[in-house]
Amino acid sequence: MASLKRNFLKIDHVDKVFSQRGTASEVLKDINLTVDEGEFVAIIGHSGCGKSTLLNLVAGLTKVSSGVILLEDQEVNTPGPDRAVVFQNHSLLPWLTVFDNVNLAVDKVFGKTKSKKERRDWTLHNLDLVQMGHAKDKRPSEISGGMKQRVGIARALAMQPKVLLLDEPFGALDALTRAHLQDSLMQIHVNLGNTVIMITHDVDEAVLLSDRIVMMTNGPSAHIGDVLDIALPRPRKRLELASHPAYLAAREAVLKFLYERNRFVEAA
Amino acid sequence: MGLALHTTNTDGQDSRPPIAVAAPIVVKFASQRRPIWGKLASLGMGLLRKVVPPLVTVAILLLIWQLLCEKPGASLPPPSTVWAQAQDLILHPFFDYGSQDIGLGWRVLVSLERVAFGFGLAAIAGVLLGALIGQSDWAMRGLDPVFQILRTVPPLAWLPIALAAFRDSRPSAIFVIFITSIWPIIINTAVGIRNIPQDYRNVAAVLRLNHFEFFWRIMLPSAAPYIFTGLRIGIGLAWLAIVAAEMLTGGVGIGFFIWDAWNSSRIPDIIVALAYIGIVGFVLDRLVSALGTLAARGTPAN
Repeated sequence: MASLKRNFLKIDHVDKVFSQRGTASEVLKDINLTVDEGEFVAIIGHSGCGKSTLLNLVAGLTKVSSGVILLEDQEVNTPGPDRAVVFQNHSLLPWLTVFDNVNLAVDKVFGKTKSKKERRDWTLHNLDLVQMGHAKDKRPSEISGGMKQRVGIARALAMQPKVLLLDEPFGALDALTRAHLQDSLMQIHVNLGNTVIMITHDVDEAVLLSDRIVMMTNGPSAHIGDVLDIALPRPRKRLELASHPAYLAAREAVLKFLYERNRFVEAA
Repeated sequence: MGLALHTTNTDGQDSRPPIAVAAPIVVKFASQRRPIWGKLASLGMGLLRKVVPPLVTVAILLLIWQLLCEKPGASLPPPSTVWAQAQDLILHPFFDYGSQDIGLGWRVLVSLERVAFGFGLAAIAGVLLGALIGQSDWAMRGLDPVFQILRTVPPLAWLPIALAAFRDSRPSAIFVIFITSIWPIIINTAVGIRNIPQDYRNVAAVLRLNHFEFFWRIMLPSAAPYIFTGLRIGIGLAWLAIVAAEMLTGGVGIGFFIWDAWNSSRIPDIIVALAYIGIVGFVLDRLVSALGTLAARGTPAN
């Protein structure tokens, strides 16, 4: 792979204020973060800390109140396929088949640059990438939650995004399915070298998958409390890591941040 | 981004030994006869269960009607008289003996043609206006009060205005159909579009779908169940209105036939025409409903 760009994505002094009926509530305060190309960054924090808002800002679905987000030195302020999102609840269109759901994105992004056959093949290739080629003619209602999420990932990958944004993609899945999908995602990340930002509230998931963990303080006015580098070698194996000292240390550091320094007050 | 794509090898997946495939087929042939007969029998039973009760009900109603209207001096004819005097209308819907002496099938078709025009226009305009109202808060605030008032105006109240505007009975009848059936289509479409989940809007935003693509790929399928509810109410109202409109505008339609029969005191003919209208209305309703089920395939009922 060609030399990876440093500071590929830059979140610079970003604030987000939601105002509703005259009362303004500051959700995010002074967020600064840079992500290198090919890096896998997990953002972790208690629910309601604004981590999903941060992802929506990068996706362009919500506008920043102040500050700026730069992707390859271009300002981000509208949504676009260069920042594909995998949504928490898959967001597949129920009236389209698995194939058509992915192909809709492929047609839109590559409609001018690829022939119809190439687009079709590209869709099938991405479905194979997440092991969903066999279900291409099924509708979302006919496949399981984990499979839907796989298709959601295929749809995002098929757009060849500069940054892949994952909004708690496995949050609604059972533990075993989640582990399968995490393994698949790791494999894809190793193969394709995508730049990934993933929102999660699962400590193990964050440590297992990411190069860096960004820990958010509790809202309102949430900011980045700490950033932890995960220096574990890749490819990572779930079972081998379970007793790896660096893995355990990282896990402990995140847990300490979440439960000692930033206890979730409402959950008490 | 440099892509080192791993192609999954799908070769050799279908290289099962042919014998293993052939064996189950032989077994299937032997055991397939019975299920087919069984299926037919259960299908027949299902049909029987659906068809017999309404037939019995109709028979009882006819009997009561016969008993009530049989006595001399009764103001309405009993079924036996209707059968005797209007037999040609019942048995031959498509006879044609000249300008006004034609079967009820032809008349229904003429009325249906008007409904098709009026309702078709109403469906197109209603879905577009409904989409506008559903999408835009300002369009909603501006148009909704006007629509709420206009929709309560009875169909026939529009007819004189339409006659004055178009100076012809045919476009007037079509206009009455249009204006009667458009309101439920607009309102239901607007509700359906307001209920499009934010997730689908986000998907559209990330994909940068343009307005037309969003309308065609997201809005219409997502709102389809609502739209077809509106269309179903609309076609019912349209069929109600055409009969009344034709009574006043004349021509060849089924509504005018009833008015004409009343003026020449052919009560049995009116009764037969009523049955035609009822059956056609029922079929129209079922048709739109079936189309709706087809169009809303895969969409969760919400």
